[in-house]
Amino acid sequence: MMDYKEIISPYASLEGGIIEAFHAVQAKMNYLPEEAIIATAEVFKIPVKEAYGVATFYSYFSITPRGKNIIRICESAPCHIAGAQEVVDALEKELGIKMGETTPDGKFTLEFAQCVGQCQETPVITINGKPYGGVSPESIPQILGEYK
Amino acid sequence: MVNVKINGIQVAVPENATILQAAEAAGVKIPTLCHHPDQAIKANCRICVCEVEGLALLQAACSTPVWDGMVVKTNSPAVLEARKTILELILAHHPQDCLNCIRNQNCELQTLAEAYQIRENPFEHITRGLPRDTSTPSLVRDPEKCILCRRCEYACSEIQTVNALGLENRGHHAMVVPALGKDLAESPCIMCGQCIHACPVGAIHEKEEINELLAAIADPDKIVVTQMAPAVRLAIGEEVSLPTGAMDMHVLVGALKQIGFDYVLHTNFTADLTIMEEGHELLKRVKEGGKLPMFTSCSPGWINFCETYYPDLLDNLSTCKSPQQMFGALVKTYWAEKMQIDPAKIYSVSIMPCTAKKYEANRPEMNSSGYQDVDLVLTTRELGRLFRMTGLDFTKVQPGKFDSWMGAYTGAAVIFGATGGVMEAALRTVYEVVTGKTLEDVNFTFARGMEGIKEAEIDLNGLKVKVAIAHGLGNARKVMDQVRAGTSPYHFIEIMACPGGCIGGGGQPITKSNVKREERIKAIYSEDAGLPLRKSHDNPEVQQLYKEFLHEPLGHKSHELLHTHYTPKNKKFL
Repeated sequence: MMDYKEIISPYASLEGGIIEAFHAVQAKMNYLPEEAIIATAEVFKIPVKEAYGVATFYSYFSITPRGKNIIRICESAPCHIAGAQEVVDALEKELGIKMGETTPDGKFTLEFAQCVGQCQETPVITINGKPYGGVSPESIPQILGEYK
Repeated sequence: MVNVKINGIQVAVPENATILQAAEAAGVKIPTLCHHPDQAIKANCRICVCEVEGLALLQAACSTPVWDGMVVKTNSPAVLEARKTILELILAHHPQDCLNCIRNQNCELQTLAEAYQIRENPFEHITRGLPRDTSTPSLVRDPEKCILCRRCEYACSEIQTVNALGLENRGHHAMVVPALGKDLAESPCIMCGQCIHACPVGAIHEKEEINELLAAIADPDKIVVTQMAPAVRLAIGEEVSLPTGAMDMHVLVGALKQIGFDYVLHTNFTADLTIMEEGHELLKRVKEGGKLPMFTSCSPGWINFCETYYPDLLDNLSTCKSPQQMFGALVKTYWAEKMQIDPAKIYSVSIMPCTAKKYEANRPEMNSSGYQDVDLVLTTRELGRLFRMTGLDFTKVQPGKFDSWMGAYTGAAVIFGATGGVMEAALRTVYEVVTGKTLEDVNFTFARGMEGIKEAEIDLNGLKVKVAIAHGLGNARKVMDQVRAGTSPYHFIEIMACPGGCIGGGGQPITKSNVKREERIKAIYSEDAGLPLRKSHDNPEVQQLYKEFLHEPLGHKSHELLHTHYTPKNKKFL
């Protein structure tokens, strides 16, 4: 099993370091396993319920396993108006999964995102943090091709 | 002091007062849900909003401090409209099955819905379809009903420092759940049930077992014997519209017999017995260099806490079973023998102010009589429901008498129900055992009251004993950390899991604040003061038990029936 405490410990003395610690775990695992949350609570000397609260509060943390590539679709109003739902439909169709799910081969996960600050070019999706603006359903296969 | 005008009423209140406190001073009631008088301000439900002159937005009365000259309207049309909308929004996510709810007629949300004339809700009714958590023998969580006030979380984490409950997710998806989204049984929950008192609705409650009792009563092959804890009598009146402490003990016995209990005995009997065993255990440890400080072991929530959070200190716990379990072990041995009743037929029911007692009775090791020692535990609230179900009129119930051999008790047993009571009862007996003199003034007043941690040094003929009393597990933790660090100056420590002791137990009538706890404590000491015998060792039936059956405290039989051992809980996470 991974030594989560080794990953987490460098952040123990930082103010709000638990966020950094979770990011560090997620960078390795793509999600926050239960054992990692328990280890984090021990390192930060807080109850597990509190660490779990942090892990589930932020949409950028996931407590369930996710795919190698994380596709996030903005669900804020500007993207919604610009047709985010059609993009969602296209992504779901192309990957054969629903929002929140991961492909069986573990390659892709679909998630909603709040505004990613690219409202000049709606609708927006991000893949592993890289934004794609002005996305249309037709452009989906090509974008995904970069990651297949 | 600052001057504030609430609905035109001028009041002077301290500078740091909130609008809510100022309104109270002015005799104006502002509705609350997330606010709790014994907890920190949360201000998350917004039901207490008011209009403050000069401010454009409505302000939450619970969290807004007053200033000199502040003018507040608590009942303007805008305020009433806002509160109604807030209620409608809460109700849009709340089950509408009040008739089936355990908190029917005792629910803060229901009371407000009635007061604010909620008839039709313009918002679509969408509940979350969340399942009940019935994983423990004590508590049932019903997250469907949760209104996210987080009062349970505060009671669990801040007052009890158990940290079983927390918030999951955010905004619309937020829920109060045990850590990691597990069920209660996997969480560090110690089943004290303080979350129940904190809950304004029916989102967490005791596991109800009235039907099991009714079935046993209806079964001609079962002899139903009951014991009840000292904290039950003084609070049960609250369940049947009597003032706290007003239920007469013998009327209560009469009522239990009328319901169909075959024999009514008393946990007070084994509370006196506990003092005999525990008092001698303490003296033995002091004299023979045993593990000190010794902790009391009557409170099963506390035992769970110690097994969960302080497994390294289990040897400090008195090996005495709780009075409930001592009773259970004796009723199917000693009492059965005296009564010439086949113990296999005895159905032993315990009425307790406690939810953790349900768990305790189900511990696998609690079978030293050769049977499950206690078959069923009902809470004070369940007894109240039983009384209402059976329609007893307490102005007419004929007083009854406790049955023989395990029904006698002293004032020392009565005070077991309050924080400090076990300590005081122990000192009354230990003093006389050690000094051989009569204790003239039995009142150890240092031990009484709601102060979180109480301590004293008692001089027993030159033997100086340092004692401490903690109630509420947050206070217990402070005392325990001292012991763990090796800096504890005490010989003997009484710990009760619940604030105020058993009178504030998780199975008591819903207790809205510590004010009610203090009222119950007063009732318990006045009961003690009115009794002819106030020292456990003076209990004639306890004396007879030793003479005929146990022979001596800490003897072979006692060891077999009245003492136990503890096991680390080894929870996966804390």
